[in-house]
Amino acid sequence: MVKKAFIAMVVGIVLAFVAYSVGQSTVPAPTPDSAKSILASPAPAAAAPAPAPAAAPVAKLDSGDTAWMIVATAMVMLMTLPGLALFYGGIAKRKDTLNVIAMSFVTFCIVSVLWVIYGYSIAFGADVHGIIGNLQKFMMNSIKVDTLSSYQNTIPELIFVVFQLTFAAITVALASGAYIERMKFSSWIVFSVLWMTFVYCPVAHWVWGNGFLAKMGALDFAGGTVVHINAGIAALIGALVLGKRHEPGLIPNNLTATVTGAGLLWFGWFGFNAGSALTAGGLASAAFINTNTATAMAAIAWMITEWFFNKKPTVLGLASGAVAGLVAITPAAGFVNVGGALIIGIVVGFSCYCMVAFVKTKLGYDDTLDAFGIHGIGGIIGALLTGFLADPAINAAGKGLFYGNPGQVKIQLIAIGTTVGYDAVVTFIIFMVIKAVMGLRVTPEQEMIGLDQSSHGERALS
Amino acid sequence: MKYIIAIIQPTRLEAVKEALSHIEVFRLTVSDAEGVGRQKGHTEIYRGHEYKISFIRKTKLEIAVNDQFLEPTIEAITTAARTGKEGQIGDGKIFVLPLEDVLRIRTRERGSEAI
Repeated sequence: MVKKAFIAMVVGIVLAFVAYSVGQSTVPAPTPDSAKSILASPAPAAAAPAPAPAAAPVAKLDSGDTAWMIVATAMVMLMTLPGLALFYGGIAKRKDTLNVIAMSFVTFCIVSVLWVIYGYSIAFGADVHGIIGNLQKFMMNSIKVDTLSSYQNTIPELIFVVFQLTFAAITVALASGAYIERMKFSSWIVFSVLWMTFVYCPVAHWVWGNGFLAKMGALDFAGGTVVHINAGIAALIGALVLGKRHEPGLIPNNLTATVTGAGLLWFGWFGFNAGSALTAGGLASAAFINTNTATAMAAIAWMITEWFFNKKPTVLGLASGAVAGLVAITPAAGFVNVGGALIIGIVVGFSCYCMVAFVKTKLGYDDTLDAFGIHGIGGIIGALLTGFLADPAINAAGKGLFYGNPGQVKIQLIAIGTTVGYDAVVTFIIFMVIKAVMGLRVTPEQEMIGLDQSSHGERALS
Repeated sequence: MKYIIAIIQPTRLEAVKEALSHIEVFRLTVSDAEGVGRQKGHTEIYRGHEYKISFIRKTKLEIAVNDQFLEPTIEAITTAARTGKEGQIGDGKIFVLPLEDVLRIRTRERGSEAI
C-alpha cells in the first residue's frame, strides 16, 4: 500500500515537471519541422540559452572552440583512467581489485593505438553505403596538422580524432563491469580489439559518422546509444555467455575509491557532454548545466528510493545514482532544457535502482557491476526520453514529442532497437569465437584465489 | 607457566591494558580478530542486496604468565573487559592453556626467566 503511494508520488512529480517545462517552452502547432510556425513564440524555457545558427560556421580555426575541445578531450580521458578504474575497482572483491583496474587500463591503451591506425577512419571517415567509413584516414593519412574537422570546421581534425578516441575507449571499458572476477585477461584483450572494431566503430558511424541512423534523424548528443546502450548490451550478452561467478554477490572492498572514481566520472563527464557540442558557447553551456542537473537529481532519486525500500541511504547508492544520471543525460544533454534534465534524473534514478535491486535478481544473470543495469537501461531511458523532451529552443536540430514532433520517439526507438540488435548478435559471436579459440574464464581455483594473484601475481594493498 | 588467550570487545582494550599494568603484566600480544558467539551478526546492503555478516570484530590478547600471575591476570582482564557493571553478551572469553616452554630470542634464556 505504501509502495503504491510512493510510486504514485514519483510519477506525480515527474508529470508535474513535464507539464511545467512544456508549458514554459514553445508549443508549435503540429506542422512539419521545415514549415515556419505563425504562432508567436513565448520566451524559451528557464535558464537555457537558445543558439540557432542559421548557416554553417565559416571554415576557420577558432581558438576558443579548439582550446575547449583540447580540455574536454583530456577530461574524458580522465573518466576511464582513473575514473572508471577506481569506480569499478572499489566495488569489486578485494582479491580482484587490480584485475578490474587492469581491464580499464589496458583497454584504454589498446583503443588508443587501434583508433589512430584504423578505428577513426572506419568510424568517421567518408561514408560507404551508410554502413561504415572507408580507410582513407588510415594512420591519419590525409589529415594535416592544420586540417579542420568536417564535423566542426572551427577545430583541428586531430583533436576531434582524440576526442572520439576517448569515447571509444570508455565504451569498451564499461562493458568490463559485467565480466569481472572470472574472465581471462588475455581473452579480455582480444575482446577489446574485436568489439571496438566490429561493434563500436560501425555503430558510431551509423549515429555520428553520417551513417544511416544519423540520416534518419536519430538524436544522440553525446553517446546514449553509441556508448551506453552499446556497452550495456555487450555487458549483458557477455555476462550470459561467461556464466555466473562461483562466489556471486557484491562485496565492495573500498568504497572510498569508488566515490573518488564517481567524482572523477562526474567531472570528466562535463567534457564528455559539453564537449560533444564541439564548440565553446551556449550549446556547450546548456549541455553542462543539463549534465549537472540530471546527475544530481538522479543521485537524490536513487537515494530516496533506496531509503524507502531499505530504510537506509547508502554512499554506494549516491554514487550509483549519480552515474545513472550521467548515463541517461548523455544522449539528451544538448537537446533538453533544465526541466527535461530534472525529469530524466528522477526517472533514471528510480528505474535503475529497481533494475539492480529487484530485476537483476529475478532474471538471474551475473552482471557483476551492473554495467547493463545502469549503462544499458540508463542509456535506453535517456535515448527514449530524448525523443519526448528534445526542446528546439535549446537546439534547433532536435524536437521531441512534447514539442510537437511525435515522430521523434519512433526514430529513437529504431535507433535503440538497431543498436541493441546488432550489438547483441555481434557480441555473442565474438564471445563464442573467443571461447572456442582460447577460452573465456579462468579456472575455478584461479577464481577462488582471486585474479590479482592468479592473473597478475600482484596485490592491490600490501 | 600458562598461556592466556583472551577475546575481548575492541572498545575495552585500553581498560584491560590499564588493569594489567596495575598488576605488573606489561608484555602481551594484541591482534584483530573476528568471531561469533551468542551475539548475532549484522547486515550490510549494497545496491539493494543484503548480506548477513556473521562475524563481529573482536580483539585478541595473548599473554604468557608464570603460575603466580595466573589468577591476578584472569581477574584483571575479567573485570576490565566487561561492558558496564553487569557485562553484556559479546564481552568475550578467556582460555588458559598450559605453556611448555618459552625462549627469549636475544639472550637465549629459557623457562620462567624468559616470560
